[in-house]
Amino acid sequence: MSAQSNWLRPLALLLALAVIPVVFATGFQLFQLTMVAIYALSVLGKNLVSGYGGQVSLGQGAFFAVGAYTAAVLMDQYDWPYWATLPVAAITSGLVGLMLGLPALRLGGLYLALVTFALAISVPQLLKYKAFEAWTGGVQGIVINKPEPPFDLPLSADQWTYLFTLAVVAVFFFLARNLIDSRIGRSLKAIRDHALAAEAMGIELARYKTLVFGVGALFTGIGGALSAFAVAFVSPDSFSLALSLTLFVGMVIGGAATIQGAVYGAVFIVFAPNVSEAIFKGAPGAVYGIILILFMFFAPGGFASLVRRFGAKYLRRAKPA
Amino acid sequence: MPMLLEVKALHGAYGESKVLHGLDFVVEEGGVTTLLGANGAGKTTTLRAISGMLKTQGEILFAGKPIQGMKTEDITALGIAHVPDGRGTFMELTVEENLRLGSYTRNDKAAIAVDMARMFELFPRLKERLTQQAGTLSGGEQQMLAIARAMLLNPKLLLLDEPSFGLAPLIVREIFDILGRIVREARMSILVVEQNASLALSIADRAYLLETGRIMMSGTAADIAKDESLRRSYLGY
Amino acid sequence: MIGVLNQVVSGIATGGIYASIALALVMIFLATHQINFAQGEIAMFSTYIALMLIQAGVPYWIAFLLTVTISFTMGMLLQRFVLEPLSNAPILASVGAFLGLLLIFNNIAGWIFGYSLKPFPTPFGAGEPMFGGMISRHEMGSTVVTLAVLVAIWAFFRFTKVGLAMRAAAYNPVSSRLVGIPVARMLALGWGLAAGIGAIAGMMVAPIVFLDPNMMAGVLLYAFAAALLGGITSPLGAVVGGVLMGVIENLAGAYVVGTELKLTTALVIIVVVLVFKPSGLFGKALASRV
Repeated sequence: MSAQSNWLRPLALLLALAVIPVVFATGFQLFQLTMVAIYALSVLGKNLVSGYGGQVSLGQGAFFAVGAYTAAVLMDQYDWPYWATLPVAAITSGLVGLMLGLPALRLGGLYLALVTFALAISVPQLLKYKAFEAWTGGVQGIVINKPEPPFDLPLSADQWTYLFTLAVVAVFFFLARNLIDSRIGRSLKAIRDHALAAEAMGIELARYKTLVFGVGALFTGIGGALSAFAVAFVSPDSFSLALSLTLFVGMVIGGAATIQGAVYGAVFIVFAPNVSEAIFKGAPGAVYGIILILFMFFAPGGFASLVRRFGAKYLRRAKPA
Repeated sequence: MPMLLEVKALHGAYGESKVLHGLDFVVEEGGVTTLLGANGAGKTTTLRAISGMLKTQGEILFAGKPIQGMKTEDITALGIAHVPDGRGTFMELTVEENLRLGSYTRNDKAAIAVDMARMFELFPRLKERLTQQAGTLSGGEQQMLAIARAMLLNPKLLLLDEPSFGLAPLIVREIFDILGRIVREARMSILVVEQNASLALSIADRAYLLETGRIMMSGTAADIAKDESLRRSYLGY
Repeated sequence: MIGVLNQVVSGIATGGIYASIALALVMIFLATHQINFAQGEIAMFSTYIALMLIQAGVPYWIAFLLTVTISFTMGMLLQRFVLEPLSNAPILASVGAFLGLLLIFNNIAGWIFGYSLKPFPTPFGAGEPMFGGMISRHEMGSTVVTLAVLVAIWAFFRFTKVGLAMRAAAYNPVSSRLVGIPVARMLALGWGLAAGIGAIAGMMVAPIVFLDPNMMAGVLLYAFAAALLGGITSPLGAVVGGVLMGVIENLAGAYVVGTELKLTTALVIIVVVLVFKPSGLFGKALASRV
């Protein structure tokens, strides 16, 4: 494959993703697609931590909340334009990730799972705390304005929000791709697969693990900020344990150690509730749980591994050697 | 003499790497049989195969009954006690609890008490350390504990994996003296695996020489011990 | 001063509940090196079963025993059919299975029984508080029950053959099989016990916090903190840690952070323990000579 088609194809895909929905989709469909992009980025952050870093984080929802609240508070209290809050949201969520990751990563494995699980449970309570109420709005949360299209572009707020989100998410997918292909990415893979050998080779386990944990938190935090724009509202109870579990399910079902898996996972997160509601009215979460366990049993590599397996078979049939 | 254990064309592997390439050997009832061979010859693997700890092909008959494919705990319950390499001590439990676990499959309380008393006679050191955490015992004491634990199963066949491993010569002597007494007094068969050939031959009736997963030679212990060239080239003493 | 004493006494009462759940977690951890994230939800679900039985007219203590039996069976079946097949899979897979169970139990409970808070009866009566108003009848009764459970569990592991075999199977599965212990059955039994203990804790805590599908989230968090504080490898530590967490929760709630940061308090304790003493108070390294 030539170097040119290497970047032409993703660019064409991105263009199609931008133009087709804006022309054809209704406002609600656009909102759903916006959420797919947001969850894809958030799950990608989790993929970096768990799939590539080999660390089990169950509290990714907390970083999502940090990003969302950072954006909302800056817009609400200090009248920042939405786009300017993104770098700050990135920094705060990344820093919180580093702070929490540091002690638990030293111990590794289940301890990290435990700490992040505890974090996920305690987030809503922390957001409601009355000492922070002046900024966070307490139980009420914060209502913010939807992003308006700049330069009098002939677009609706939904359309503009979608395009803006898509652009930001695309940039971070591009960064993730480069990160994984870089020396850091290769070191991470070495650490995940052969921790002892990697250490013997002089790779500093702790530093890389902490770093990737911070980067993963940052990605998810940006996702949170984008979701604050899209929903135009943040409130403590939308960042409960359920959110962390949803992101976990998205990661596992999409495929933990892949980039495109994050997209499959996000599609699942956004559209599965409708489907599972139809299968089992009243307890859609139970369907999530059953699907999760089935994947652990039969396709631990997630949907991405299924695509690869069946895709390979199909290609072989289509192009006989 | 009737055969207690018959192994026919035994193949075994850990995952992809094959270790046993068609072993044939027997253990006679009431005798001591030894498998000799260098490190990596497949001695430990053979014992593990008998205890159902790895997947094998071929045939293993215990008292005429095939035991292949059975679960380890069920094979043990048939009367095969296995003193594994590394001694298999329950480090976190007390010496007494380790011994009680030895008789897990039995319900004859009175007989267990008699056997327990007998073990304290054979291994007075264990009696002194009854309430101590087993992980704090010395290597020799742990070996004694492992043998006593296995004996408390009241087995028909005792599998011993390198009882001399990592122990000082004096302790090894002591343990083999006790094993000798057990052999003379108990009506039980023993299959012992050893790197220290002279030691094993001193208590064995029959010996097999194992090399890279195959039986190279077999005979009475006395004949093998006499064979000068064999001793030099394979047994290294 | 009386106030402090009051807080300590009632802290010990809830601490007993944390201690039982922490003990269940430690049991599973010792046997399988897994953390059962679904422990709380299984307990919550069991409590709903108890409520259903009681509302159907079954006398309290019979409903209590039936619930424990049902939970015990449920725990054994879960181990046999869900977790045993994943026992050699990477951490992510077993954590995934636990979270799957958590989602299933939580949602099925909400679907069957609804998400509203439900009062749960206490068998100890609603009369005057005891010992000069220091402790309510339910707190007293639940302390006695949890204490009885803990002593029974201790005696079971310490004095019975099966208890010894379960400990052996947890510490050294290979050697256990070589003395004839069916290790898989012991693990299933351990799961059954853990689920049964959880059910009792659920029935004891429900009259205090009211029953709803998310009732156990906070309790589980405190039990995690208790297990880590005591040392995740130490059953005794779990019990001591549980009681300590109950007391800390009450004192911190009354004098330091207020009740609104209860969960955060547990999180902070978890992080502090992991930073300064990861082995906990009692989870000491084993002394061994080779």
